[in-house]
Amino acid sequence: MIDHESSAVAGMPPQVREPRIQLLSPPPNSAKGLINQFLEWFGELGIFFWHVVRAAVTPPFEFRELFRQLDEIGSKSLPLVALAGAATGVVLSLEARYSLTRFGAKSLLPAAIVFSVIHETGPIITGLVVSGRVGAGIGAELASMKVTEQIDAIEASAVNPYRLLAATRILACILMLPLLTLAADCCGLIMGWVTQAMVEPVSLHQFINAGFSGADFNDFLPPTFKTAVFGLIIGLIACFQGMRTQGGAAGVGRAATSSVVLSSLFVILADVVLVKLIILFFP
Amino acid sequence: MDTIEQIAIDPAEAEQIGSAPVIAVEDLHKSFGSQNVLDGVSLAVKRGETLAVLGRSGTGKSVLLRVIIGLETPDSGSVRIHGQAIAGLALDQLGEIRKKMGFLFQHAALYDSLTVAQNVAFPLQHHKKNMPKSEKADRVRQLLAEVGMEDALAKMPSDISGGMQKRVGLARALALEPDILLLDEPTAGLDPISSGEIDDLVLKLQQEHHMASIVVTHDLHSAKTIANRLALLDQGKVVIEGNFEELQKSDIEFVKEFLKHS
Repeated sequence: MIDHESSAVAGMPPQVREPRIQLLSPPPNSAKGLINQFLEWFGELGIFFWHVVRAAVTPPFEFRELFRQLDEIGSKSLPLVALAGAATGVVLSLEARYSLTRFGAKSLLPAAIVFSVIHETGPIITGLVVSGRVGAGIGAELASMKVTEQIDAIEASAVNPYRLLAATRILACILMLPLLTLAADCCGLIMGWVTQAMVEPVSLHQFINAGFSGADFNDFLPPTFKTAVFGLIIGLIACFQGMRTQGGAAGVGRAATSSVVLSSLFVILADVVLVKLIILFFP
Repeated sequence: MDTIEQIAIDPAEAEQIGSAPVIAVEDLHKSFGSQNVLDGVSLAVKRGETLAVLGRSGTGKSVLLRVIIGLETPDSGSVRIHGQAIAGLALDQLGEIRKKMGFLFQHAALYDSLTVAQNVAFPLQHHKKNMPKSEKADRVRQLLAEVGMEDALAKMPSDISGGMQKRVGLARALALEPDILLLDEPTAGLDPISSGEIDDLVLKLQQEHHMASIVVTHDLHSAKTIANRLALLDQGKVVIEGNFEELQKSDIEFVKEFLKHS
């Protein structure tokens, strides 16, 4: 951390302010300090979210930037998400085959793969892969813009940065996560079938029929759409961490790291809650 | 005989004839932690006038500009633009006032993912949505020509020098035809020839557009060239305000010291 005097001497903008609460900064000495730090971070996150919501629902709408972000977050994450989904399908097929054969339930293999992929592995793998790729990208990009005064320049040009930068990215994450989850699910199921077919010939038609027998929309829609919440978490945390960055290149690095770590952590925690709610409301 | 009501003029009219300040800063205080950066600063700038704010590094000059444009919130005191206080305004309301203001950042702050032309077009894209594309392109070319950068349309900010970046920053600041121009260290870090060119450019723009301007600088030569009045800031306070001759006549020790080393 540099002080204000040395920042000014170095000709840098007056970036140094009261120290911001960093959830991943060294913990304070007391438990009370830790709780205060945690609550302050959440408070600032809440205020940031309020600014974003207010900016998102009032004109002018930034459609051009939204479409650019849909491409950046959606299309460009597709290969990675598809690959991760496919690998998960292979691993699930191998593991499930071994376990089910041991317990004499080999006939349940297609259903085990389908349910595992659609209910949990597809959504959570997508959430984690996107939080890694997109979370780091958004965090680093916005942090770099912040420390080079580009966000201030946007504001000075009478453009609302919450609307242009944050709302568009968060909305793109919310919209693209369910679509990317579908892609991960498809790749996982296809590779699950391929892996099984290599050991014991079975057609895709038979595999799908056996896998989806007894499944209904409640097995499919809520787990897929819960990833919209993951998208909200990833976009919100990455934008928040990026736009509050301080301290030059080191700050940019910290913002990128904390965006990934915090968004992954909160995606996993949200998954616990969402799974419970889905079981409760869509039995 | 005219009554007081009859001879009273509205603020906009007063600005037009140059009697009312376009920028009015009153008793501004701002601190970061325990450091008092601005400690009761008061300034006023009328239409067509350029005020240079001088001072040592770290005395709050840049913070003063950031407070005026609303990028920083003061602890106390007020900033009035065209008579309207900016304190407590929502971001979008503040945006309406900022449309009348151009701001040149110390490091130009060009958008590094956009070309020079796109940087200058940025305010037009967002605030002149009804302007035809060809007209926008013409306006961008005209602005870049005004700052002598018409050949750099397609270049990225990383491909041009610091002085050129400042010229582009200046063109972007002028895109919405502001009536207030805030310049943060326009010549800092530039060689003497580039500094002179920027000074001449600012002077030319001032004469053509008659804006109210505040120029933050620690370059006395530049301040003398482009400003009508100078204000010297020390430890967050305005030590002296006046023209260069008034500064030279001052008995204040800090003023003498500053002029001696400039």
